[in-house]
Amino acid sequence: MLLVVLEHDRGELVEAAREALTFGRTLAAKMGDDLEAALIGADDDSLVAEAGAYGASTVHTCTHEVLSDYGPDAHGAVLAQMVEALAPDAVLACGSDRGNEVMAHAAARLDAPFVANCTDVTPGESWSVTRVQWGGSLLEDAALEADVALLSCGLHTVAAEPGDEQDADAESFDADLDESHAITVVRDRVVQEAGVTLPTAPVVVGGGRGVGSEDGFAPLEELAELLGGRVGCSRAVTNLGWRPHADQVGQTGTRIAPEIYIASGISGAIQHWVGAMASKHILAINTDREANMVVKADWAVIADLHEVVPAIAEEIKRRRS
Amino acid sequence: MKILCCVKRVPAPGAKINVTADGMDVDAAHLGFTTSPHEECGVEGAIQLKEEHGGEVTVLTLGPGEAEEQLRYAASVGADHGVLIPTDGSAYDPQRTAAAIAAAVTELEAGEPFDLIIFGNESADAGGFQVGIRVAHALGRPIVQGIKGIEPDGDIIRARREIDGGFEVYELPRPAVLGVKEGLNLPRYPTMKGRLASKKLEIRSLDVEADAGGQQRVRLHRPEEQVSETVILGEGPEAAVAVVDVLAELGVL
Ligand SMILES: Cc1cc2nc3c(=O)[nH]c(=O)nc-3n(C[C@H](O)[C@H](O)[C@H](O)COP(=O)(O)OP(=O)(O)OC[C@H]3O[C@@H](n4cnc5c(N)ncnc54)[C@H](O)[C@@H]3O)c2cc1C
Ligand SMILES: Nc1ncnc2c1ncn2[C@@H]1O[C@H](COP(=O)(O)O)[C@@H](O)[C@H]1O
Repeated sequence: MLLVVLEHDRGELVEAAREALTFGRTLAAKMGDDLEAALIGADDDSLVAEAGAYGASTVHTCTHEVLSDYGPDAHGAVLAQMVEALAPDAVLACGSDRGNEVMAHAAARLDAPFVANCTDVTPGESWSVTRVQWGGSLLEDAALEADVALLSCGLHTVAAEPGDEQDADAESFDADLDESHAITVVRDRVVQEAGVTLPTAPVVVGGGRGVGSEDGFAPLEELAELLGGRVGCSRAVTNLGWRPHADQVGQTGTRIAPEIYIASGISGAIQHWVGAMASKHILAINTDREANMVVKADWAVIADLHEVVPAIAEEIKRRRS
Repeated sequence: MKILCCVKRVPAPGAKINVTADGMDVDAAHLGFTTSPHEECGVEGAIQLKEEHGGEVTVLTLGPGEAEEQLRYAASVGADHGVLIPTDGSAYDPQRTAAAIAAAVTELEAGEPFDLIIFGNESADAGGFQVGIRVAHALGRPIVQGIKGIEPDGDIIRARREIDGGFEVYELPRPAVLGVKEGLNLPRYPTMKGRLASKKLEIRSLDVEADAGGQQRVRLHRPEEQVSETVILGEGPEAAVAVVDVLAELGVL
């Protein structure tokens, strides 16, 4: 049996859970096994039904006062106990922040290997996996020897898609939890910004070292606002203190997936590229025809961004008036 | 506060990552080396805590002898001690790395725990998302990943974790472990004085045995790249007209 971990936020299934189910459906077929799901800290019928729509035959639900909000240790402990009680052949989460964290906690408790961010998995006596390294710039083929294969699939490796609809049964799971597991449960939550955020923006206007200064970002801000998008930046820019790290796109920043990424004054180092490569289209503005960002873009303007970016904003305003 | 930071030496590739002929490693022949930006911020965070609350900062790495470079860099920005767990240079799997680090920590502590152990959220190269969590479990201490704010408050460490559009707050009793992310702070650059001092850093070498885990590398390879012909829309501000045509076509105007 393949057990898929259903990530949710206070009772709302997140997209990563649907991706894990979609990836898991293919994997369960390769294993020739049933797909079941683990729902930790919630037991709503609607979530069980949704897991069924994605092919889960049974959903093991676990609720407890310690599970009232997310807590990595408590969730990891429940998952480890489910592995011991239900004896799945493999467990799969989506490689989101929480997905990888919960799997690593369960793996540490079970003293079992955990392979994070797989893009391809072949079951067998010894499992063959392909996984992401360097945030996606490189892939690693690895062999996995374990009693239970603990895996996560890389975020956005597959697009979520329902299928093999089942009338999923909910089975409640009794976990052995106490106050010690509650030490790392969320105490408070602060929402700073609502609306369009960098990961969800339909347009991202990116600026790199070529922007030249903190003030140099004003025209990029204007363009982003005209397009209902957000400003992003490179690590060179955050290191210079021109923009907050929250704006950084890349391996150690945010992964964006807009309809179009307008990357200006950014050379396109591999660590930046992996954060931008899910963009549907890329337009580069750079003085260097050979810059990696230009070479990889769909469109490019080879010119000084300080002239081009305001001209684009002007042209938009002209057409709108 | 007594703080330990764990950093991993990795090559710093530019536009492309090349792999050695046997596929077992990144070809670093012409590359410099660094640590993950997450870990750099971890070291900076530890030094800031020391400056504010007193104490000392130890930096630990598991790797080849050359990884001393990363320990000395940390010393040049204010770390007090450096510890190297030597390997033969081959890549350790995550279970083996964690077991070795946990054993080294136990030896270093000699019954007097570090108040805080800081890991990066994930290493820059392997990105296993687990070494810190395994070490925390081995030591029986709480850990939270994805941390972008650390605030000690008596016996508690308040930690802020980034979520889309805001943050979550955790409260960990000491001794605790954190996996931190870039954005925790803006790391300082070494001063001349710091650089000189770092040359004199005495690095403690700790030999620890640890068994291989269940995940073994077969080979590294580059993902298939989509080659796209770049359409050049112009070489000056007059290209704005063509750019806006593209935006209109994509329906984002
Ligand atoms: C482990 C690791 C993780 C990393 N993570 C990230 C990450 O998450 N995100 C990230 O961005 N980087 C990351 N980096 C850093 C990355 O390697 C690069 O150093 C960085 O992306 C470079 O930023 P940049 O393109 O702005 O600067 P540069 O490389 O200096 O490029 C500036 C570009 O601007 C162009 N330019 C200059 N003036 C103008 C002008 N007037 N008009 C138009 N174009 C102009 C130049 O031709 C050049 O192409 C990471 C590095 C490591 C080792
Ligand atoms: N070889 C190593 N030496 C020291 N610290 C390491 C090593 N490997 C991993 N770490 C630490 O563990 C974190 C998580 O690593 P990983 O599980 O590989 O993503 C890293 O950010 C480092 O802080």
